[in-house]
Amino acid sequence: MESVDSEIKRHTIAVLVDNEAGVLARVIGLFSARGYNIDSLTVAEVDKSRALSRITIVTSGTPMVIEQIKAQLGRLVPIYKVRDLTVEGPHVASELALIKVVGTGDKRVESLRIADIFRARVIDSSNSSFIFRVTGTTEKINAFIKLMTPLGLADVSRTGVAAISRGAEGI
Amino acid sequence: MVAGTEPTGAEIVIKALVDQGVDVVFGYPGGAVLPIYDALFQQNALRHILVRHEQAAVHAAEGYSRSTGKIGVVLVTSGPGATNCVTGLTDAMMDSIPLVCLTGQVPTHLIGNDAFQEADTVGITRSCTKHNYLVKSTDALAGVIHDAFYIAGSGRPGPVVIDIPKDVAINTAAYDCSPRVEHRSYAPQVKGDADSIEEAIDLIAGARRPIIYAGGGVINAGPAAARLLANFARLTHCPVTLTLMGLGAFPASDKRFLGMLGMHGTYEANMAMAECDVMVCIGARFDDRVTGRLDAFSQGSTKIHIDIDPSSINKNVRVEVPIVGDVAYVLEDMTKLWKRKLHGTNRKALDAWWGQIEQWRRRECLRYANSTEIIKPQYVLERLQARLAERDDVYITTEVGQHQMWAAQFLHFEKPGHWMTSGGLGTMGYGLPSAMGVQVAHPEALVIDVAGEASIMMQIQEMSTLAQYHLPVKVLILNNRYMGMVRQWQEFFHGGRYSESYMESLPDFVRLAEAFGATGLTATKPDQVDDLLDAMIASDGPVIADVIVDPTENVYPMIPAGAAHYDMTLGPDEDIEQQSEDGMILV
Repeated sequence: MESVDSEIKRHTIAVLVDNEAGVLARVIGLFSARGYNIDSLTVAEVDKSRALSRITIVTSGTPMVIEQIKAQLGRLVPIYKVRDLTVEGPHVASELALIKVVGTGDKRVESLRIADIFRARVIDSSNSSFIFRVTGTTEKINAFIKLMTPLGLADVSRTGVAAISRGAEGI
Repeated sequence: MVAGTEPTGAEIVIKALVDQGVDVVFGYPGGAVLPIYDALFQQNALRHILVRHEQAAVHAAEGYSRSTGKIGVVLVTSGPGATNCVTGLTDAMMDSIPLVCLTGQVPTHLIGNDAFQEADTVGITRSCTKHNYLVKSTDALAGVIHDAFYIAGSGRPGPVVIDIPKDVAINTAAYDCSPRVEHRSYAPQVKGDADSIEEAIDLIAGARRPIIYAGGGVINAGPAAARLLANFARLTHCPVTLTLMGLGAFPASDKRFLGMLGMHGTYEANMAMAECDVMVCIGARFDDRVTGRLDAFSQGSTKIHIDIDPSSINKNVRVEVPIVGDVAYVLEDMTKLWKRKLHGTNRKALDAWWGQIEQWRRRECLRYANSTEIIKPQYVLERLQARLAERDDVYITTEVGQHQMWAAQFLHFEKPGHWMTSGGLGTMGYGLPSAMGVQVAHPEALVIDVAGEASIMMQIQEMSTLAQYHLPVKVLILNNRYMGMVRQWQEFFHGGRYSESYMESLPDFVRLAEAFGATGLTATKPDQVDDLLDAMIASDGPVIADVIVDPTENVYPMIPAGAAHYDMTLGPDEDIEQQSEDGMILV
């Protein structure tokens, strides 16, 4: 019983918020003030007419901590809805990464081959470098980066996880 | 304002406040708020109390709010005016006091330029307020003010800051919005879930050793909540204990009242919490001053938790029956359902439980060794309580420390809203400005600030405010020449190394009072206490009564931080005996 209660797990939480100045600072302030983890965070306006934004946070903690995080988020005034996608049924999650690989000769060719396997697109090329755009789960992108490391990995820019529930219901 | 023209932002502020039913504002002017102060000068609907430090304005608004149930209002300028409010706002946040704090700000085109008296008020107060706003255009101003009042007062109350740039206060806009707000994202649940309520009262009906543990949430729910609580306790034959913030939510004279619980609570209250089988937590939050060591806290009991803030539930302590809702609504539903189900109680078991409680009461944990030579702080408060018992127009505020704990133990409150103290944040300097706010709300009442000589120095400048507005607040200093609570901890846990806790160069408080136009009284011997208290109460102006008390007295009982209830110390000579006996009860 105790091990289940104290097991730290990752949760993906989608938060619908009023798109007002400072709302992201509030959410981040909440996490930092109470010492909660932010593994990844993305935010963007999703409904211009109703001025709503969606913040997707990947966090980790014991079940009691995750309950607290959701309750504390729900307490913030500009927060509309809080959905824990990890527990509320199946969901899809995807992130995007732009990866710069610098190399020549065999390494350059090998990087192209691996990019093909990962269905990554080349969006910039020079005689000695490529920039790949790869999308997918966090694990897929981590694997891609790991494979590129010995081939001249120079720079990485990641968006963080966007996630949405499967099926016909919206947030 | 000429008819037919639009009002200025400053005029909109005044109108919005008046529409919200505000009649007094506590504040301090400055450059960024001059337009608002100008508008204030040219009207009579709103009264303004000029404090001497902005922190006092916030504490005064807190005292005003707690003693009336209304939302307190503060008006300060930008920069240092706003930053001086941070302590007060954090205090209101911790104790869930509804406030609206209007802060001036530099004009919008200067924001972010490190302008004169500019501060990132919204950034600084984000974590110590329930919500805050920076108003960027005059059109939005009225709506924001009404919104702020709604947020401050609904759900779990708290402080809200509205930052108003100077140009927003000068520009004009139409005022065409209603004070009634329908907020689209913030709508707290007030009615409790019916199934959980039924589960709760079934548990209470079947309990052999029930206890009600109630706190500040009952006070926030309004006077009806306290009546419902008393009624429910009577129906269920439950003992009741209150937190520091909840004193007054249940009549102290009621024989079901066990006293305050927690670190300095009574023996019977803490033992009953430890030994109960059903614990009903109503409007309290399982604070660490109450629970002590969490893994030893009331392990054998089933817990019901009624709170309006869902994040308060299952935060520190796992509860079996959580009920999110307003205490008054939930208690009403619980009472109706109890009567409908014709619930009786387990009389035989309850009689045995009360028998055990009487046994614990016989310990007389608040006993102290009185003296004819030196004044004991507990004695002063006992003599004060004797004088206040017959009156119902008394309000007590306190500062923070040993005197605060003794006031909580020895003064008795029959109704909510008569006890104002800084619980969650423990702000020294809270008591005098808070008493000021209470006196403004209740000009004919007897308002007493029970203080220590260290705490009173923190906001002593407000004696000048008392003089200006003829506020006859009585400041009763229990003067032991030490920061008493710090000294107590240093005695118990730091080998008696009294590092920086002795107050050197204390002022002559009698002459200090007189310098502020108040009456100064003092007592140094026990036989002078009665006369001093009588003179203090009889005076019709502000008073500082400096009572020189025994510096070696410690607050008992005490459960040290991070300890369990069975580590409770009952007195200087009794530790070892008590600990082993208490341990036996557990086994």
